[in-house]
Amino acid sequence: MQTFEYANPKTVKEALGLLGSQWGEAGLLAGGTDLLSLMKDYVESPKRVVSLSGIKELKGVKSSGAGLHIGAMVVLEDLVENGTVRKEYASLVAAIRGVSSPQIRAMGTVGGDLCQRPRCWYYRKGFGLFGRDSNGRELVPNGENRYHAILGNSGPAKFVSASSLGPALIALGAKVTIASASGNRSVDVEKFFVTPSDPHSREVDLKPNEILTEVVIPASGGAKNATYEVRQKEALDWPLATASVALKMSGATVQSARVVLGHVAPTPWNSTEAAQALAGKSIDESTAQAAANAALSKATPLSQNAYKVQLAKVAVKRALLAAAGKA
Amino acid sequence: MRPASLKEGNVPSKYDWPPAEKRSLIGKRHNRLDGPHKATGAAKYALDRNAPGLLHGKLLISPHAHAKVVSIDTSEAEKLAGVKAVRVIAAAGTELMWQGSPVAVVAAETEEVARDGVRKIKVNYEVLPHLVKEEDLNKAGGFTKPSAEQNQGNVEQAFAASDVVVSEGYYGINTITHCCLEPHGLAAEWDGDNCTLHSSTQAVGRVGGDLAKVLAADPGTANIKPANVRVITQYMGGGFGSKFSADRWDIESARLSKQTGKPVKLLLERDAELLMGGARPSDYGKIKVAAKRDGSIVGWQSESWSTGGPTGGGMPPIPYVFTEIPNRRMRHIAVSTHTGPQRAWRAPNHQQAAVLTMGALDDTAHKLGMNPLDFFLKNVGLTPRGDVYRAELLKAAELMDWKAKWHPRSQGGSGHIKRGVGISLHTWGGRAHDSDCRIIINPDGSVQAQLGSQDLGTGTRTVIGIVAAETLGLPLSGVQVQIGDSNYPASGASGGSTTVGGVSSSTRRASIKALDKLLEAVAPSLGTTADKLVAVDGRVQVAGDASKSLTWKAACAKLGTRKIEEIGRQPAKDEGNLNDNGVGGVQMAEVEIDTETGIVAVKKTVAVQDCGLVIAPKTAESQVLGAVIMGICSALYEERIYDQQVGKMLNADMEFYKLSGIGDVGEIVVHMMTGVYDGRGVIGLGEPPAISPPAAIYNAVANALGVRVTTIPMTPDKVLAALGQGGRA
Amino acid sequence: MSKIDSDGQNKNGQPGKKGFSRRSFLGAGVAGGAVATLPSSAAAAQGAAGGRVLGPGPIPVALRINGKVHNLKVEPRVTLLDALRNHLDMTGAKKVCDRATCGACTVILAGRPVYACSVLAVEAQGKDIQTIEGLGTPEKMHPVQKAFVDNDAQQCGFCTPGFVMAVKAFLDKHANPTMDDVKKGLGGNLCRCGTYIGVRQAALDASRELKGGKRA
Repeated sequence: MQTFEYANPKTVKEALGLLGSQWGEAGLLAGGTDLLSLMKDYVESPKRVVSLSGIKELKGVKSSGAGLHIGAMVVLEDLVENGTVRKEYASLVAAIRGVSSPQIRAMGTVGGDLCQRPRCWYYRKGFGLFGRDSNGRELVPNGENRYHAILGNSGPAKFVSASSLGPALIALGAKVTIASASGNRSVDVEKFFVTPSDPHSREVDLKPNEILTEVVIPASGGAKNATYEVRQKEALDWPLATASVALKMSGATVQSARVVLGHVAPTPWNSTEAAQALAGKSIDESTAQAAANAALSKATPLSQNAYKVQLAKVAVKRALLAAAGKA
Repeated sequence: MRPASLKEGNVPSKYDWPPAEKRSLIGKRHNRLDGPHKATGAAKYALDRNAPGLLHGKLLISPHAHAKVVSIDTSEAEKLAGVKAVRVIAAAGTELMWQGSPVAVVAAETEEVARDGVRKIKVNYEVLPHLVKEEDLNKAGGFTKPSAEQNQGNVEQAFAASDVVVSEGYYGINTITHCCLEPHGLAAEWDGDNCTLHSSTQAVGRVGGDLAKVLAADPGTANIKPANVRVITQYMGGGFGSKFSADRWDIESARLSKQTGKPVKLLLERDAELLMGGARPSDYGKIKVAAKRDGSIVGWQSESWSTGGPTGGGMPPIPYVFTEIPNRRMRHIAVSTHTGPQRAWRAPNHQQAAVLTMGALDDTAHKLGMNPLDFFLKNVGLTPRGDVYRAELLKAAELMDWKAKWHPRSQGGSGHIKRGVGISLHTWGGRAHDSDCRIIINPDGSVQAQLGSQDLGTGTRTVIGIVAAETLGLPLSGVQVQIGDSNYPASGASGGSTTVGGVSSSTRRASIKALDKLLEAVAPSLGTTADKLVAVDGRVQVAGDASKSLTWKAACAKLGTRKIEEIGRQPAKDEGNLNDNGVGGVQMAEVEIDTETGIVAVKKTVAVQDCGLVIAPKTAESQVLGAVIMGICSALYEERIYDQQVGKMLNADMEFYKLSGIGDVGEIVVHMMTGVYDGRGVIGLGEPPAISPPAAIYNAVANALGVRVTTIPMTPDKVLAALGQGGRA
Repeated sequence: MSKIDSDGQNKNGQPGKKGFSRRSFLGAGVAGGAVATLPSSAAAAQGAAGGRVLGPGPIPVALRINGKVHNLKVEPRVTLLDALRNHLDMTGAKKVCDRATCGACTVILAGRPVYACSVLAVEAQGKDIQTIEGLGTPEKMHPVQKAFVDNDAQQCGFCTPGFVMAVKAFLDKHANPTMDDVKKGLGGNLCRCGTYIGVRQAALDASRELKGGKRA
């Protein structure tokens, strides 16, 4: 880890004043489980680390007419213990429990989860976000790609989004609030995640001088929701594929559905194909399987990861059955 | 197999283990002596060494799998504030054979600055061609060479016979790393011409000699002798066979310390630990087995290959356990790869041999339509200890409820969850290593047992304490066990399951000799002769007459000012039948597989183990439990993942170099064959139970799925590929 | 029980090993090391100053560890784990993966288990830090530590202090765990020797011992 200046502002405004206009000038410390590892591996070496831990306005979970407001610095353990979350958002609870280390849940924050960098081992070992060697050759297609993307991978980005909460939040129609010196903007979580086309940009719609301050989940309105993660280990382990679903039901029939896959693409993957396949149907083994097949119909697996197509289908099917209470 | 008591020429000796009814400590469930120190963080490991002025050493390691150093410039590093010394390890012209090879080393006032210094060193490399994967021989280029061929009987005839069934398959187990939680390394400090090493080692008696030999060639330390180097290892955080010698970075720590006049601590960073801290060689093989319809195995043919890094990999002992298959031909190819070199890994070459052999034999049983339990029982005559294996197979089957759980392949259940069971057999030597023990009985009644041994977490301290206290008639608290220091009498390196036999035997002998001396000193005051006296229950008394006795303390006071010091040795002719060599074990695994995800869960493992007399059952059982858990890690998770394009290990970390967690291991039933084999004396236990788990799980998976996942680890991608669901075959 | 002191050295009959007291070590001032130990009432452990930018050189950092405030001067990049191990000689928490994965460095920060390797020391100011050293001693073990010993939930012992702290934090939150809770609730710690069977039972035994009893 290189040396850096450290600041511990008390307000978002103070924090914004400490950020730079380019990536690499300042790093936002929002839990430390990712940023410090990146810095120890010299993947990121910000000249200044701006801690968000002292900013009270980024903490706390509260309800309003707009829904549930979750501060960016709320740690996963606090979120999973929130009464509303437990009652309304089983998909979020399952996504958090999927982070099966109590230490990470106690340290990791909502904002940190959404903004964490990919775990792609080429990226982490110094080959850049797109995994290129010194001659510019892309290493992932002919390399070790068992954990890489099977969807949205036609461009140079072949990593998968590591966010645990992203798929659930997208399925629930959540938005993030982003603060900058010029004011706040609100972005759908779905649009917050972007597939970068240049290796020096980010996987999220956040500028170097902005701070993600809160997540707002609209009231569930009784939508049934669930998350299913395919993880090899019970203990701390990255999922191989996940799916989060939210179903607006009319009786036993799906009025509208959102099906969002995780760990299969450079962003959480909102499958409109699966949603269409479910509209007007009741959920059973066969409709769930049909939706799963639809969700993966356009999958383009790499040399080693065709198995993830199957795993993602299983995640979709099981999440749907869980949401429908048929797991 | 014969109990030791039946060995030719064995005569009863006073040094023999006390008979079962007279044992007050041996075989009882004592807590490990150093448990409270470990559980409270008070135990100090090499990595924990602090000292005034201590400098932190950090290595610059090669980023390339194969390269030549063209030039190296350390000047910027030397200028950095806080950096106290920089040494070049790989000078210009040096060829580096694997990623992780040490290139230079920096000593600085803080860890952070030492790392800064490493990054300031400029090296130009000429990158050379590399091979980092060996499973596909077609892609191994010129890095292969035939390394072994063995023939026995008439293989052609055996396989061509009309009454045999031939089973043919591909089997494999990958390279894994030791991944010791405490990395390799030490802290070195000099006092004049004497050097003290706080080392994370399995051999306090060896590291100092290694170091002295090298340093004797350095100007400034030319007069160094092994006796000038003291090695201290009170605790060490795992070795598993990878920590015997002084490594290059250890020598550099001593040099840096000499150069700077300060203590220097250098233990590997995690990536370096995984890159070069030790690797278990792989083994892959195409195997054919011929068996008669009644199940008797008559032929074996194998074409195998493996790597252990730059030097290739030797042939494991196949066919394993069933060594008396009458007709057999084994050919082996060593593949040299530009990967961190192999080191002994808990039962070297045996996991590989078990996976290849038990996998091929299990498939043969399937082809014959036989229950593998019956098949293995049918063939135990082909092993060197058929009676042991028969008894163990039957015991394991009972503990697993094999009869109820086994089913023919493809009948693992109707839903997507399939269950299956598998068997593996193993063998190991476990002969006692050379060991000297000094027992000191002081006039104040205190007792020390001193050995230049080390406790890797196996319970060595506890075993020594139990043996000494048992022999002296004291409670366990009456003996201070002093080990982990090369200044104590020499005792062997802890590897190959040789320690428990060595230290228990030398401790027993030393204790008896010391007690004899005490009894002689005490006899006059009890009005008798030493031969009439015994030490029991904390007293010295006339045998059979507790009224004529002294407390231990009062007895020791009779020594006046002179303490007793006696050395006991292993080996020692005519001093009792205390240890033996050669054990068998049987393990059975039960798995549950989600065939939609390919995820395998080990639900239950049964480990039946013969290891002669068990001195400390609690820590012995922990050895078996841990061995099974390590085997589960290997069977399902552990994989050193290299990219051939760039020659780099992509998971030199603990995130993607996966180990099982607390929820990832099922029920484990340990059954020690105590009682039956006690008469043989003590036999080592560390390796044998670590051999079978991958093979037993491998066969359980085949039983559950109905098809074999051919190579270990059995990750979801491979399980799904075996089921035709796409993935890495 | 045989006696082994905290250096792992036996109390008597030993060839001389140069030891050092914590005082002499701290006095050596590694990188401007620690200067004083104050009672917690001194309230020295305040958070770093607001919008001010500190470092990159050594800055004052006050850590309240096991009820005592320790004043250090370290660079902002020094982790809590390195501050404990290298600057305070509190080496119970171990450095193994150093990347928030293995749990060997687990300490309890403001009542929650955290990976000390991934917390900056400067960020731990103003919070209660509980380390293995504050939980119990070999002579007077905490029930969790005793349960580890009784169940032989340790072999080489390198993961043990971190595991003990994880179990302590787990039991603080789950007074009546089932075996299944234990298997699912301690997924943040890895062991290489394979001591999980003992750890599971230790967690269950300790929960019974602690029930109704006073927690450390």
